[in-house]
Amino acid sequence: MNSAVIVFPGSNCDRDLAVALEQVTGRKPAMVWHKDAELPEGIDFIGVPGGFSYGDYLRSGAMAARSPVMRAVKDAAAHGVPVIGICNGFQVLTEAGLLPGALMRNAGLSFVCRNVPLRVENSQSLFTSAYDADEEIVFPVAHHDGNYQADEATLDRLEDEGRVAFRYLDECNGSARSIAGILNDAGNVLGLMPHPERVIEPAHGRTDGRRLFEGLLETVA
Amino acid sequence: MKARVFITLKSGVLDPQGKAIHHALEGLGFSGVNDVRAGKLIELDLADGTSDSDIEDMCRKLLANTVIENFRIERLQTA
Repeated sequence: MNSAVIVFPGSNCDRDLAVALEQVTGRKPAMVWHKDAELPEGIDFIGVPGGFSYGDYLRSGAMAARSPVMRAVKDAAAHGVPVIGICNGFQVLTEAGLLPGALMRNAGLSFVCRNVPLRVENSQSLFTSAYDADEEIVFPVAHHDGNYQADEATLDRLEDEGRVAFRYLDECNGSARSIAGILNDAGNVLGLMPHPERVIEPAHGRTDGRRLFEGLLETVA
Repeated sequence: MKARVFITLKSGVLDPQGKAIHHALEGLGFSGVNDVRAGKLIELDLADGTSDSDIEDMCRKLLANTVIENFRIERLQTA
């Protein structure tokens, strides 16, 4: 699997994501700068990493979503290439219109940085096939704007279509219906606030995130 | 030519920042504040002849996230 990690000014989880992808796929991902208007040939998977792209100016993810590389990412997503947006990457994907809804300031106003228990709500997706149905896992979160909001009709549609991939088991940031991660309608774009790439090897204390990348590798490769 | 764009959260969207400001006002002893909503003001210095629809386009494509925010444009008369 040939993967690409998008790098914006202010990204800070790009290397973590690159390490996770290299460990699982055996290949170094291409690191693609936000000003590049094209992705390298033959990319099978795109990761939009966490961080504080453009200093969170205007709104988290707003400037990054309009950068040249995102046009290429949108194009690739439209052609079925799997795209994951983690944390700031999730914010970028909603701002870019690849995923519905918006991520607002945490309801408690505080930056939340801790391990959170999650339930895998859809274990049939490209990204979650290595998890059991309703499995409970723990990923770390580290964000200020992770409060997922969308109108009721959108939330109902996400639920009905099995597009809620992960849900918080404890109150975390005020997200509507405790949504931690969602899929697009085609199922090839996932956005989530928690960080699977930070729990992939025993030295991290947990390895719950590793299966996300392993499952992806199995379905894509 | 200058224009101001006021960006506000849609009604019904929770505004934790507004709530915190409200709380702080009460803490300072200001009673009678029923609610606080925080927003943004963006000032644009534009080429003469920039149309209303151009400014609206800017709002829809970048300045506001219309999933959660409303915008209002105010053109300033320059002398």
